[in-house]
Amino acid sequence: MLLSARDQAMLDGALGPAAAFAMSILVRMAEVYGASELMDISQAHIDSTIYLGDATLEFAEKLASLGAKVAVPTSLNVSGVDECGWQNWAVTPEWAAKAARQMLAYEKMGTVPTWTCAPYQTKMRPAFGQQIAWGESNAIAFANSVIGARTERYPDLLDICCAITGRVPASGLHLTENRAGQVLLRLTDVPVALQQDAQFFAVLGHLVGKLAEDRIPVIEGIVVTPAEDELKAFAAAVASSGCVALFHMVGVTPEAPTLDAAFQGRSPERSMEITTADLRAARKELTTADGRELDMVILGSPHFSLAEFAQLAPLVAGRHAHPRVKFLITSSRLMKEDADRAGVLAPIVAFGAQITLDTCILASPMLPPEIKTLMTNSAKYAYYAPSLLNTRVTFGSLADCVRSAIEGRVVRDESVWRSA
Amino acid sequence: MAERVIAGRAVVAGEAEGEALVTHDALSFWGGYDFQTGEIIDRHHPLAGVRAGGRVLAVPFSKGSSTTTAVLLEAVRAGTAPAAIVTTGVDSFFALASIVAELMYGRSFPVVALAAEDFALLRTGERLSITRSGEIRRT
Repeated sequence: MLLSARDQAMLDGALGPAAAFAMSILVRMAEVYGASELMDISQAHIDSTIYLGDATLEFAEKLASLGAKVAVPTSLNVSGVDECGWQNWAVTPEWAAKAARQMLAYEKMGTVPTWTCAPYQTKMRPAFGQQIAWGESNAIAFANSVIGARTERYPDLLDICCAITGRVPASGLHLTENRAGQVLLRLTDVPVALQQDAQFFAVLGHLVGKLAEDRIPVIEGIVVTPAEDELKAFAAAVASSGCVALFHMVGVTPEAPTLDAAFQGRSPERSMEITTADLRAARKELTTADGRELDMVILGSPHFSLAEFAQLAPLVAGRHAHPRVKFLITSSRLMKEDADRAGVLAPIVAFGAQITLDTCILASPMLPPEIKTLMTNSAKYAYYAPSLLNTRVTFGSLADCVRSAIEGRVVRDESVWRSA
Repeated sequence: MAERVIAGRAVVAGEAEGEALVTHDALSFWGGYDFQTGEIIDRHHPLAGVRAGGRVLAVPFSKGSSTTTAVLLEAVRAGTAPAAIVTTGVDSFFALASIVAELMYGRSFPVVALAAEDFALLRTGERLSITRSGEIRRT
């Protein structure tokens, strides 16, 4: 392991005890990664912000008490509490207080309090080729794949060490040769109408995550031009059902203008076909509810964007959610302000929607126990909610979610999926 | 006759002994492991409902959330972590949790990486002991 003079000084404590602590973890991890040296990053995103219990809080407060400061522009992921709205939910005061302490600890380190799991939709969006250290599985997959920035799949607790030192192990997805596709997933006989469906990219992501295992997947056969939020839905799904940190979509993502470019001229280790039947089965897996009962529609994992607020507004304008059904959107405070300024928030609030900021239903214990059945257009919510919240979930399109909220029971337009 | 000693790479060195719990499906600890009970809770996973705390968990690699590491750190603090984790290939998430747990609480667990064909020899229920050099003895 070759440390620069500055790395060594940091390790020896010349830049303070926090930098020394962070560097000691980074050096150990560089050995785990098999890196022979460290390299600079110019940005970080911290997933360690999520409060789970005393250990995450003690780690954050230890760093803060040692005087930790980040060395590069650093955004923050969701926290464990909506500071302004937790009282409306089942969050206990003890949880809220500890989660807020953890937020404060990370804010003290000189970070930018974005409090969002979609940092790529803020001013902190990195550029193509930029070396960054990001946590949060969906954000990692999006930054690498959709933007072409370069981050390893960084776990909680390491992301902040990278931010404090401004350094990462020179290995993995930071290096061009490790970014080549490894397995080929070819869409066969998947009709354009299905690819145009609002659920398509989330469902495809859920399936690809399972098929890719720990390899970099290359998806061939996309004939539509996905919107950014569709790629966001894909990234969140693929990083939930699998451990994908980088994917290539031929003709869509920046490092895959051609199949050959996606594989950097190498041959795939394996090739698999994805058929309409596979997609249908994957979509079915995302639904764990069996009836039409509905307690809550939940949108916004990853956090709802301005474009999604704008898409939702005309669907709900002049309508009202059924009084028995809660309609919750999780987003960031900045995105909510943008939606308000753009005039698309008012009809959504008038519809009866509630908005939770800076966290989500998975990161904050906010749902009361009487909420047992959810409906969502997010594959990430659909994947995690049954295990984390003991709820049953129906997966559907945004339009299905709105219609179900109005009718007070699950309704889905199956036409495209049935006929495909 | 199966191999009695398997040589692995000690990604995080340490000694441990326990009953093997083996799966061939990757696991996210966030949304997949209850650190209050040491139980696997991912309903999509074949081991859902099975206790992994105190056992030698053989799982090929971590998937899903970056928060897997933080859940494991909580589990070490709560005394509900697996006694050791055995993977195929090097898994940085599991390794980091053990490294930080040592720094924070003076407690860690061994993380051993095996070749895929060696990993395939492991069976749920057998007793495994792990040495500092990354050897796994099956008894």
